[in-house]
Amino acid sequence: MFFRYLSRELRRRSRQALVVSLGLAVGIGLVVAVTAMATGVRQAQGTVLHSLYGVGTDITVTRAATGGPPTGGFQVGAGSDRQRISRDRVLTSPGQASFDASEADTIAKLDGVSGTVGGLDLSLIHLNGKLPSFTFPSQGAARAGAPTAQSSAVVTPGELNVSTSSVSGVDTTNVSIGPLSATRLAQGRTFTLSDAKRDVAILDAQFANQKGLGVGDSITIDGTSFTIVGITSPSVQGAGSDIYLPLAKAQTLAGAKDQINTVYVKATSSKTIATAKRAILQADPKATVSTSSDLAKQVTGSLSSASNLATKLGSWLSIAALLTAIALATLLTIAAVGRRVREIGTLKAIGWRTRRVVGQVMGETLVLGLIGGALGIGLGIAGAWVVTKVAPNLTATVSSAQGFGGPVGAAGGNPFSRTISVALHASVTPSLVATAVGLSLAGGAIAGLFGGWRAARMRPADAMRQVV
Amino acid sequence: MYELNDVTKRYGNGRGSVDALAGVDLSVGDGEFVAIQGPTGQGKSTLLQLLGGMDRQTSGTLMYDGRELGSLSEGQLTRLRAHDLGFVFQTFNLIPTLSSCENVETALVPLRVHGSERRRRAEAALAEVGLAHRAGHLPGELSGGEQQRTAIARALVKEPRVVLADEPTSNLDQETRDDIVGLLEELWTTHGVTLIVVTHDDLVAARAPRRMRLEAGRVHEELPMGA
Repeated sequence: MFFRYLSRELRRRSRQALVVSLGLAVGIGLVVAVTAMATGVRQAQGTVLHSLYGVGTDITVTRAATGGPPTGGFQVGAGSDRQRISRDRVLTSPGQASFDASEADTIAKLDGVSGTVGGLDLSLIHLNGKLPSFTFPSQGAARAGAPTAQSSAVVTPGELNVSTSSVSGVDTTNVSIGPLSATRLAQGRTFTLSDAKRDVAILDAQFANQKGLGVGDSITIDGTSFTIVGITSPSVQGAGSDIYLPLAKAQTLAGAKDQINTVYVKATSSKTIATAKRAILQADPKATVSTSSDLAKQVTGSLSSASNLATKLGSWLSIAALLTAIALATLLTIAAVGRRVREIGTLKAIGWRTRRVVGQVMGETLVLGLIGGALGIGLGIAGAWVVTKVAPNLTATVSSAQGFGGPVGAAGGNPFSRTISVALHASVTPSLVATAVGLSLAGGAIAGLFGGWRAARMRPADAMRQVV
Repeated sequence: MYELNDVTKRYGNGRGSVDALAGVDLSVGDGEFVAIQGPTGQGKSTLLQLLGGMDRQTSGTLMYDGRELGSLSEGQLTRLRAHDLGFVFQTFNLIPTLSSCENVETALVPLRVHGSERRRRAEAALAEVGLAHRAGHLPGELSGGEQQRTAIARALVKEPRVVLADEPTSNLDQETRDDIVGLLEELWTTHGVTLIVVTHDDLVAARAPRRMRLEAGRVHEELPMGA
C-alpha cells in the first residue's frame, strides 16, 4: 500500500514532482560538477608540484644570490676567421647562490629528514655564428684637409644565434630524490652510482628530438663530449631540464668544484615536513626552504585561477543552488500537503497513525530526492565531461627565484619563472557519487520533514471541518 | 454504547468564543440506529466529531463503552477509530489516486491486515455494497452513488461497532439517496452495528427508529412517528 499510494501520488502531482526533482537535480549537478572540477584542479596541482619537485622530494633548500649576475664572456678565438664563433657558456641559475656540497649532508642529519641529495642547476648558453665586421677605408682615400678627423667605417652585419638550455647536475648516488625523480625514462637507462665520474648525459625527449640526438649519440658541452645514455620525458609538459649530467661533471663545467645550489630533501613522512623545514631554517637561517605547500602558494596562472574559481565561486554557487532547490522542494511539499488536508484528515480519521502519514509524505519527498539525485549525478558527470573536453590545458607559473629548485626552463619568457602546462581532468569519484546521493536524500528528507510536520499538525477533526 | 452528560464544546477564547455544544445529554444503546437532525451550524458536525473521537469536549463526560473519550490519549483515540468506528462522509473523502478496492483497503492498514487477506476482505465489502464489478476503478470514474457505496464499504470492512455518517446523502440525487439510505439500513440490520446518522433530510431521518434534534447546542429527543 505504501509504495502504491506513493507512486500514484507522485504521478498525480507529476508536474510538481518534476519541478522538485529538477530543482534538486540542478543543485546536486552543480555540486558534483564543481567538486569534480575542484578534485581535478587539486590533482593537477599535485601533478605540477610533483613535476617541479620530483615525486620523492618534499622540500628544496636554496640560497638567494647575493652578488651581481654571473659574470663571464665569450672569448673570440685567434684563428684566421676571426668572425666565426661557436662557444658554450655555462652559468649557474640566475638568482641562486652556490654553496658547499657538504650542506646536503648537514641537512640530512636534521630532525624529520629522511634523505637529501645535492643538485647543481645550470644554464647553458650557446653562441653560434658570425660576429659583425668593421672595415676602415685606407688613409689615402681620405681627403686631405678635411674639416673633421672622423673617418667612416663599413659595417658588415654579423649573424649570431643564441640558444639557452637548462642543465641539471644530478647526484648519481640517489636518483629517487631530485630532478630526475620528476621524469619518466623513455629510452636507455638512468644514472647509476658508477656514472659519477663518467662523461654521460641524459636528455629530455623534446630537447633530444630538436637536436636530432638519441641514446648512444654524444653531445658536446663547452668542449667536453658526453655520451647520451638515456632519454626522459617530464611528467608534465614544460617541466624538467634539457640535459642531466652527473653532479661532478656539472660542477666541472660551471667551474664550481664541490658546489651545489639546491638541496633536495625527503622528509621521514608527510607529517614531518614542517618539522624538517623548521630544523633546516634553524641550522641555516640564510637558506630559502620551500615545501610543496609553499610552492602551491607561488603557483600562478590559469591553474591557480581555476583552483580559486572551483573552490570559492564554484562552491558558493553550488551550495546556493542546492539550498535554493531544497527550499523550493520544502515549500512545494508544504503547499502540496496543505492541499491534501481532506485526504490526510480522512486517513487519520479512519485510524492511520500520525507516524504513518508523515512516513507517507516523507517517502514521497525521498523518492523525489533520489530522482533529483540521479538526474543531478547525470548532469554533474555530463558537466565534468564537458569541463574536461572544453577546458584547455591549465598553465601554472612558478617563480624560480622564490626557492623553486628547478633549472630555468629553455622555453623562453621570464628566465626567473617557469610555466608548466597540465590537462584538467574533472573526475567524478565513487565517494562524490555517494555524497551526491546523500545530499539528494538529505534534500528530500528536509522537504519531507517540513511536509510531514505540516501533516502531523493536522488533526482529524481539523481536516474534517472543511468538509463536515 | 454512548453516554453523554452535560457535554459542551467551546471554540475560541474570551468574547469571540462560540459554544457549539451547550450541555448535551444523550444516551445511545448498542445496535441503535439514531438520526440527528438540525439546522446548519447548530453543532451536528461537532457532536459527530466528539462521538468519533476526532475532537475532545470542553466539559462534561462522554463515555464510550465505559471509557471516557476525553481522557484517552491521542494514540488510544487513534486505535479506537481504527478498530471500533467507521465513518461515512458527506463528500465521500476517497483517495483520488487509489482504486475503489484500494480505498476500502486503507481502512485495514492500521489494523495490520496485510496483502491478499486485505484485498480479499476489501473485495468482499465491495461485493456487499454491490460494487464488485467496479473494484478496479478510480473514484473519478465512479458516479456519486458508487463513490458513497465505496465509502460505506470502507467504513464496514473493518467490522466496526459504530458507524458514524455525516450527511451521507446530501451530495446525491433523490434516487441514489434512497439507495444509499436503504443500503445503510440493510447493513445496520445485517451487521448489528450502532448507526448514528447526522442529516438535515427529513426523509432520511424518517428511516431511523430514533430521531434527535440538535438546536442551540442542545439535543432534543423527537417522539417516533405516530407515537
